[in-house]
Amino acid sequence: MSPTTYLEAIRQGIWEEMERDQRVFVLGEDVGTYGGAFKVTAGMLERFGPDRVIDTPICESAIVGAAVGAAYMGLRPIAEMQFIDFISCAFDQIVNCAAKSRYRWGAGVPIVIRGPSGGGVHGGPFHSQNPEMYFMHVPGLKIVAPSTAYDAKGLIKAAIRDEDPVIYLEHKFLYRRIKENLPAADYTVPIGKAAMRRRGGDLTVLTYGAMVYVALDAANELLKEGIDLEVIDLRSLLPLDKQAILESVRRTNKVFVLHEDTRTGGIAGEIAAIINEEAFEYLAGPVLRVTAPDTPVPFSPPLEEFFLPKLSDVLSTARKLASY
Amino acid sequence: MSTKVIMPQMGESIFEGTVTKWLKNVGDYVNRDEPLFEISTDKVDSEIPSPAAGTLTEILVPEGTTVQINTVVAIIGAERAEAAAGAADLAAPQPERIPIEKPAVPFALGAATTIPSAREESETVPLAEVKIPPPAQRLEEPTPEEALPPQAEIRPKIAAAAPSNLRTSPLVRRIAREHNLDLSQIPGTGLEGRITKQDILNFIDQRRQAAATEVRVAAAAPEPEVHVEAAAQPSAGMEVPRGAPVSEAPKAEAIPPDLSRFVGEAETVPMTPMRKAIAEHMVTSKRTSAHVSTVFEIDMTAVVRAREQYKDVFEQREGVKLTYTPFFVKALVDAVREFPILNCSVSGENIVYKKSINVGIAVALETGLIVPVVRDAHLKSFTGLALAINDLAERARTKRLKPDEVQQGTITITNPGIYGSLFGTPIINQPQVAILGVGGIEKRPVVVDDAIAIRSMVYLSLTFDHRVIDGAVADQFMARLKTRLQSWTAADCGF
Repeated sequence: MSPTTYLEAIRQGIWEEMERDQRVFVLGEDVGTYGGAFKVTAGMLERFGPDRVIDTPICESAIVGAAVGAAYMGLRPIAEMQFIDFISCAFDQIVNCAAKSRYRWGAGVPIVIRGPSGGGVHGGPFHSQNPEMYFMHVPGLKIVAPSTAYDAKGLIKAAIRDEDPVIYLEHKFLYRRIKENLPAADYTVPIGKAAMRRRGGDLTVLTYGAMVYVALDAANELLKEGIDLEVIDLRSLLPLDKQAILESVRRTNKVFVLHEDTRTGGIAGEIAAIINEEAFEYLAGPVLRVTAPDTPVPFSPPLEEFFLPKLSDVLSTARKLASY
Repeated sequence: MSTKVIMPQMGESIFEGTVTKWLKNVGDYVNRDEPLFEISTDKVDSEIPSPAAGTLTEILVPEGTTVQINTVVAIIGAERAEAAAGAADLAAPQPERIPIEKPAVPFALGAATTIPSAREESETVPLAEVKIPPPAQRLEEPTPEEALPPQAEIRPKIAAAAPSNLRTSPLVRRIAREHNLDLSQIPGTGLEGRITKQDILNFIDQRRQAAATEVRVAAAAPEPEVHVEAAAQPSAGMEVPRGAPVSEAPKAEAIPPDLSRFVGEAETVPMTPMRKAIAEHMVTSKRTSAHVSTVFEIDMTAVVRAREQYKDVFEQREGVKLTYTPFFVKALVDAVREFPILNCSVSGENIVYKKSINVGIAVALETGLIVPVVRDAHLKSFTGLALAINDLAERARTKRLKPDEVQQGTITITNPGIYGSLFGTPIINQPQVAILGVGGIEKRPVVVDDAIAIRSMVYLSLTFDHRVIDGAVADQFMARLKTRLQSWTAADCGF
């Protein structure tokens, strides 16, 4: 097996699912002729034809609305948001139609809404966001955020096969920076299950997306100081793998959450509340957070670098928690 | 103390009000928040609730009179039984006094709750004009006792309450509570003198070692309570008395009973905490499981031969003696893999299959027994098992086990043969479902190929819980175990 990039893994996952199930199709801006702004759907128009790889107008609410309608009629659409930032244009279609149809009249909506999220590529405020929390709040949705090529492929397949609307957040920073050998056989990664990236004994960091790699770098540094950091990659944000989180907290007794999303209303708050409610008596220190500050993502490179949580931020929080 | 009732400010631009009606007369008792008088202002007419409970002792502004806001209009005297006031409030918190539950009060306090639905009622004061009465209105603050009751209700029950100047985490407080420790006795090495998890665990360790030296000196000294928990195997579904109250420096409680002389009256000796825990655990186990024992006879020749061959090399290489126990544990683990029902527990109407095989090794102590656990025995090699068993047994005897080394066992092995018993019928260690008893290994004449031969034989007895394991399954398991042991090779020892 040759090394496969994170982006290629997503492409393979979609391709294989389209081969496997005729009902699966792709729609979005520039996904057909152009092969996708990042080339995720390259070659698919030629292989599957214009009925299954559809170039849409620049209107995210129409993209998602059409996807929901297609899902009602028995199809399994994968709706691309060219940059996930544009998902806010489709907000009503997602939260009021996709999320509630099953509840309201038993009509499941097996759609996937996917797009590149995250910063670190000098994309500026409208091409670098992490929108997960707008949707975290909505019962009826699922949200996943893979950090490895293996998970990217496994989770896109799981999302496509899932009977409910899944928001699939690809991290654009990881697209071509990670390469892994992937199994040839068909496999999926279950939605709702975290992955332990590094077992540790002194502290736990809960994280996802590109920040997983910052956490692993931090773990290597901290080991030199005798601090053993456990790194848990959440992978699924909705539903969260509560069991994995609590099991880790009960073992290490100290935990912090690391995410690239902004601080207020970020998932760290939700996780801290869960840990507080369900594992309070196992805490030997407060649940801390390392996040981006509450500002839009800067375009200016030095400002963006300051904005994104980096190794030094993680190290200082870890050291503070370790000394508690 | 008495309370002054004042003319409230009903809106930002309102500076006076007219008392239109007194709803209570002088001498009447009024409850807090009960409507006391009615007023009329430029913007709104309103009922004003009483700011305190008590007797209306004086009305200073008669009906029909207009006064400036904040003018004192009446005085409410102190509560009838003032001494009992605080106690009464604490003892019987009265949730019905909360204004939110009184719809008849459209006054600012009540209006605060209707602000979100401002569209609904036309008589609701428009949001811009409602002003929550400023603190100045209440010239007398309610007595502290009146303010406290709701909080008193929700104060959590912390058994081991740390003195308020001690800084500890919930984890440390929980450990202290479980071990009945006084946190003020434990030195803290954390930030600003906090007691860290390591501090309290070290403290428990040290106490145990101090107790160990005490025990050696005084034969009848009570055991440190970590042994109580150990023998009691605290796990899901099993409520075991957790640690008898033990002071920081356990010492001999009573004169050792003279049990050697059978002269005179009976002598009553109180049970040690460990003994109490063992007693409790044993009867509870019997009450919980359907105990059945099955006995198999094993030809240990292959094992004996392997051990003879390799014990010296092993001792040289690993620095510890090779006993028979690792052989039994390895065979047990291999057989359990094929019969996972032996590695489960019963929870209500469910069978919980454990995914780790954590083997408890029963160790006899001078005054009782303890069962340290080899965790993840299924992931260890033969050598790994031998070392782990050796280490745990050694530390069990010298009382240096950690609390989590006597927990989470999923199956237990015990050795009744150590003092000569042919086989035992051990009691299951809850919440497990099986326990393997190993008898004494003895040379016996046996029939092999229709001739008498001398073989090293052992009886293995399995006590199992017939709620979930049937006789046939138990016997198949034992047959597997027998085959495993009887076909032992050097490779099984890792050589």
